[in-house]
Amino acid sequence: MEGLTLSDAEQKYYSDLFSYCDIESTKKVVVNGRVLELFRAAQLPNDVVLQIMELCGATRLGYFGRSQFYIALKLVAVAQSGFPLRVESINTVKDLPLPRFVASKNEQESRHAASYSSDSENQGSYSGVIPPPPGRGQVKKGSVTHDTVQPRTSADAQEPASPVVSPQQSPPTSPHTWRKHSRHPSGGNSERPLAGSGPFWFPFGEAQSGSSAGDAVWSGHSPPPPQENWVSFADTPPTSTLLTMHPASVQDQTTVRTVASATTAIEIRRQSSSYDDPWKITDEQRQYYVNQFKTIQPDLNGFIPGSAAKEFFTKSKLPILELSHIWELSDFDKDGALTLDEFCAAFHLVVARKNGYDLPEKLPESLMPKLIDLEDSADVGDQPGEVGYSGSPAEAPPSKSPSMPSLNQTWPELNQSSEQWETFSERSSSSQTLTQFDSNIAPADPDTAIVHPVPIRMTPSKIHMQEMELKRTGSDHTNPTSPLLVKPSDLSEENKINSSVKFASGNTVDGYSSSDSFTSDPEQIGSNVTRQRSHSGTSPDNTAPPPPPPRPQPSHSRSSSLDMNRTFTVTTGQQQAGVVAHPPAVPPRPQPSQAPGPAVHRPVDADGLMTHTSTSPQQIPEQPNFADFSQFEVFAASNVNEEQDDEAEKHPEVLPVEKASDPAGSLRVAKTDSKTEEKTAASAPANVSKGTTPLAPPPKPVRRRLKSEDELRPEVDEHTQKTGVLAAVLASQPSIPRSIGKDKKAIQASIRRNKETNTVLARLNSELQQQLKDVLEERISLEVQLEQLRPFSHL
Amino acid sequence: MAVCVAVIAKENYPLYIRSTPTENELKFHYMVHTSLDVVDEKISAMGKALVDQRELYLGLLYPTEDYKVYGYVTNSKVKFVMVVDSSNTALRDNEIRSMFRKLHNSYTDVMCNPFYNPGDRIQSRFVCLGRAFDNMVTSMMIPVC
Repeated sequence: MEGLTLSDAEQKYYSDLFSYCDIESTKKVVVNGRVLELFRAAQLPNDVVLQIMELCGATRLGYFGRSQFYIALKLVAVAQSGFPLRVESINTVKDLPLPRFVASKNEQESRHAASYSSDSENQGSYSGVIPPPPGRGQVKKGSVTHDTVQPRTSADAQEPASPVVSPQQSPPTSPHTWRKHSRHPSGGNSERPLAGSGPFWFPFGEAQSGSSAGDAVWSGHSPPPPQENWVSFADTPPTSTLLTMHPASVQDQTTVRTVASATTAIEIRRQSSSYDDPWKITDEQRQYYVNQFKTIQPDLNGFIPGSAAKEFFTKSKLPILELSHIWELSDFDKDGALTLDEFCAAFHLVVARKNGYDLPEKLPESLMPKLIDLEDSADVGDQPGEVGYSGSPAEAPPSKSPSMPSLNQTWPELNQSSEQWETFSERSSSSQTLTQFDSNIAPADPDTAIVHPVPIRMTPSKIHMQEMELKRTGSDHTNPTSPLLVKPSDLSEENKINSSVKFASGNTVDGYSSSDSFTSDPEQIGSNVTRQRSHSGTSPDNTAPPPPPPRPQPSHSRSSSLDMNRTFTVTTGQQQAGVVAHPPAVPPRPQPSQAPGPAVHRPVDADGLMTHTSTSPQQIPEQPNFADFSQFEVFAASNVNEEQDDEAEKHPEVLPVEKASDPAGSLRVAKTDSKTEEKTAASAPANVSKGTTPLAPPPKPVRRRLKSEDELRPEVDEHTQKTGVLAAVLASQPSIPRSIGKDKKAIQASIRRNKETNTVLARLNSELQQQLKDVLEERISLEVQLEQLRPFSHL
Repeated sequence: MAVCVAVIAKENYPLYIRSTPTENELKFHYMVHTSLDVVDEKISAMGKALVDQRELYLGLLYPTEDYKVYGYVTNSKVKFVMVVDSSNTALRDNEIRSMFRKLHNSYTDVMCNPFYNPGDRIQSRFVCLGRAFDNMVTSMMIPVC
């Protein structure tokens, strides 16, 4: 049977009717006879009644439990409103009027409706209500008992509140009466061991302690009205039955108590909506629960395994189905064990259920286990987050904390709907984010940063130089500085990356660092550069570098390449530092792993790559970057242009080349020379001369970039364009204001620029590919010549 | 998406089976039953290798004219079988996998409930046990209904 959601008025009405029918005062089952009378009084056809009984499950169970009774009442209302009888209609039909029961019940109904709908009802009206219920029985059965009941109840009717009808008014009196009579529950408990918490405690095998605890709990409940709902409400049925069954004296006492408690209950119920705490656990209750927890599990921070919890709660004599439902609600982290909070929630739900409360569909907020804030049900908004946190006390919350907030948001739904309980997957994603974060951070570390995808097309010699540089520098401390030195303008010790960026863009790097989107790139670039320097010779993995989307700033790479070209032509290894600075700014592309790879390739791609590297002669350390960069470009282009085969070839070739270095040496020299020539040539339409001087195109753009000189730019067509774009990008990037508002625009602008740069670079890549092919051919021919020249060596 | 979802225990008796009520449910029951053979076949074929390496998702067990049957088996030999309408071409393999993953998670939640005896039917007619499971299955089947 689906859960039933009742409005407050309905709840009260139904509970009263239940109490009326619950002549045996079991609080759980109503007498079938009474229920049948009630249904007949609803003036529904018999078959409808039968259908209702079937739907609510009474036929199945053979009796009317409280939930069944409520469902039946709801169905009566549904039927009376003319809606078709369905199980779903219980909850789907909104604004259902209260079920109407004719005959003598009309008065009751009207009064009930009136009383429930308004708070203005005075107690006197309830007195009038009292006769009707017995009157009902009287009309139907005319039994003597009813007669006797009636006078009694009529007498009781004088009481301010009818036991059946939970008076909702008398607010002024309720607190006092409630408080005063709250003590009575204890007495009432003694009278009726079944009442209230009595039956509940007993099944738990703690008759004495339970009842006493229950009493204590009950009395303790007096102060906080909202929390007494379950207690006081429990009072009502027993007291009502008392009224009907017991002598007047008792009735008076209990009636008064009932009245007071019922009044309070009603008021509490009304107030509960504002407090939203019908499920809140009082301190006494909680203390009791904690004590119970200790009996099972001495460690309060430990768990109660499922089996132990099952035994414990089975003692409550609730049906297994309900217990499993309670478990589903309370085991928040779905780990098969109960923490203290979960246990208290489960215990509270059991208590509520024993007292006649229907189990909710979702775990009430006040019962949600909280890891951080105990008993803190105030913040609803954060509750999902807290719940999520607390829901997994055993798991490593701290590690998940970064991603938990988002996770927590989904936890309530997760728990309730159990649809996406893929916290593990989310956790893994969080770990991924963490790792990504690390990767982003790492480059920023100047010591480790190297991976600046400097498109250093290192010839073998350059690679060696690079390696030497690496060995020399070790942690690349010098590297950062060297580039800095080289670049006079924006040399800054603060951040090599920044400096490199500056180099690249020729602007202050602050803009870079400020812009979120670009920050990582420049950092990466810088780091790539440095890393490349250090890793250049050592990362064979570049063969399959994660093709990290050429992140932003191909311009960076370009700039670095420019720098390198220039530096190479101008200086020797000493100036590598300075050159190094340039490259960092360059290419975002850089996957640090890639950077070295390309660098390795560089030697093979001597021509094209060399140009890059040669342009920055000083950047021996950069060379790898340079090579890397061009390699990247080539690689990226190859990926883009589907020239991966070439790349693959290059990669393996690069490696062996690097290692061999012999054949490359000659090439290297030649290339350096060509590079220097290139540099000197400078303005020549280098790009055009790709076929002739492979070095030309790369260095030119690189040079331009570094220098940020317009004179160089126009000369190289594509490269200049590229560099121009790159420079522009770089320039713009740093200038990106730190304000978030501008960042977006800047990001978009940078995206555009990046795209443009991408296209430019793609073109360059294709050209370089061509150059590479030419170079390879040259190499082959040279090697053949070598062999021919040294025939005796082979012997 | 799914037209029928079934959970079969290790001993090959159904723990839970639910179909969209539009058609003759018996037909789906029969399809699921026959698919068990295919599941066993796949298990034995892959099982020669380490069980750990065996992937849980079995993929398309067999297609019929109107339906496709997908299978998924857990490490405890609990099988999930899902029947999907063939006309629902939008369903990709990844989606089926995710649906099975959700099924598995919900089943795990049911298992975690100490009041659930392994081997019992997953009943969601009542207030509790398996209700979440049933809701989850409903969410998977609603689009078809």
